[in-house]
Amino acid sequence: MKDKELTDHDLTFEKAIEALEEIVEKMEMEDISLEESIRLFERGVRLTRYCSEKLDEAEGKITMILERNTHNEKKTTFDID
Amino acid sequence: MFENVYTVSEVNAYIKNIFRSDSILNNIYIKGEISNFKCHVSGHIYFTLKDSQSAIRCVMFRQWASVLKFMPADGIKIIAQGYISVYEKDGQYQFYVQEVQPEGKGALYLAYQQLKDRLEKEGLFDSRHKKTLPKLPKKIAIVTSSTGAAVRDIIKVSKRRYPNISLMIIPVLVQGQSAANDIADAIRYVNKRDDIDLVIVGRGGGSIEELWAFNEEVVAREIFKCNKPVISAVGHETDYTIADFVSDLRAPTPSAAAELAVPEKHSLENAIEHLRYKLNKSIGRILDNKKNKFNMIKSSRTLNRPMEDIQQKRQTIDHLNHRMLEGYKQIINLKKMKHLELLTKLDGTNPLKILAKGYVLTYDSNNSLVKSVAQLAINEKVSIRYIDGRAICEVLAKEEKNNEG
Repeated sequence: MKDKELTDHDLTFEKAIEALEEIVEKMEMEDISLEESIRLFERGVRLTRYCSEKLDEAEGKITMILERNTHNEKKTTFDID
Repeated sequence: MFENVYTVSEVNAYIKNIFRSDSILNNIYIKGEISNFKCHVSGHIYFTLKDSQSAIRCVMFRQWASVLKFMPADGIKIIAQGYISVYEKDGQYQFYVQEVQPEGKGALYLAYQQLKDRLEKEGLFDSRHKKTLPKLPKKIAIVTSSTGAAVRDIIKVSKRRYPNISLMIIPVLVQGQSAANDIADAIRYVNKRDDIDLVIVGRGGGSIEELWAFNEEVVAREIFKCNKPVISAVGHETDYTIADFVSDLRAPTPSAAAELAVPEKHSLENAIEHLRYKLNKSIGRILDNKKNKFNMIKSSRTLNRPMEDIQQKRQTIDHLNHRMLEGYKQIINLKKMKHLELLTKLDGTNPLKILAKGYVLTYDSNNSLVKSVAQLAINEKVSIRYIDGRAICEVLAKEEKNNEG
């Protein structure tokens, strides 16, 4: 469990969401110790923060490949409106 | 007189030479309907091409037959390209076919149907090969024409759903002779890039001929080989291409492909927010529960008046103790009575009682009970025991009783 927490930042977005859902589910069960619930809560908070960060990670760039062999690419803007 | 006599072989060779040097017969397109179709084990194909009035024998050697895009059969109308020559062995001329195009849209459909059946049998469309799309794609590759409406539609919808989504456009020819190879090459290229985790392949609407590249085997194979999930988006809702079947997901239009590929950012944000809310609610509830449980225990009788319980227990012990003593007393009394009874019985045999009657006991100087006069010596001091005391006496004389006395 300890190792898992240390490597949360390597999770993909869907894995992180999955882990978060699992935590919420566990916490919604009645028989859970105080220590366990606090531990889960702390990890859950970290995961929500991580997931939110992931959403803003993409740069929003649109690139176009000009030449496949040389990977020559340029940033491009499309008149989309 | 027979100076111009030729052998059969010479004639056939001569005729063949005429056929081969004719520019029309040398490269000719013939249209007709296939009959007597036979596929030899050698891989060569033999058939007859006919119209309503006439027929011509055809052969297609393996090197050409093996690259056929569809399998010809009796009754199919085709346009065949090749040359006409003579088979010298039996003096027959025939059409040496090098390429076959199905004639008309019906035939295109047939080619499509045949390729579809073949790839399906091979398992290229199996659902077990379908990859799941990433919930949050890092970068989406769009393999399409850079000038068509499709690329604009995809970008527009993607940006609307997820403003900071990253897209990479791989421009390709989407129709014409080299389109299929270009598309296949672009997919191969995308597959090699680590930054891409989702691919959209497609184009806008068009005629079946214009969409044809997406029905080509080379495109289907490359989509199948691609390690990244591929969404196909070819033409309109009603157009189904081979690419659609082999893709991991078919989108009815390019816009729909973007809807499927790109999540709505605010709905993901909502989902995270919802989980955060549930998390907070849960920890609140758990802490409240624990607190309540603690309070309940805290206010319980045992913790609040701990002595009460102990006193009660002590009372029980006292009570038991009392009962035990009572029982003990009873036993003792019983024993005492028994003892008294025994004592009374014993009393009858008490030697002191005999003393009361006047009998005495004599002890010699050694304090031994004297049972015979012979035990005594003259002048010996003896002690005589009476019921109420003793007297020290001296033996002055003794008189032994005769045996007969």
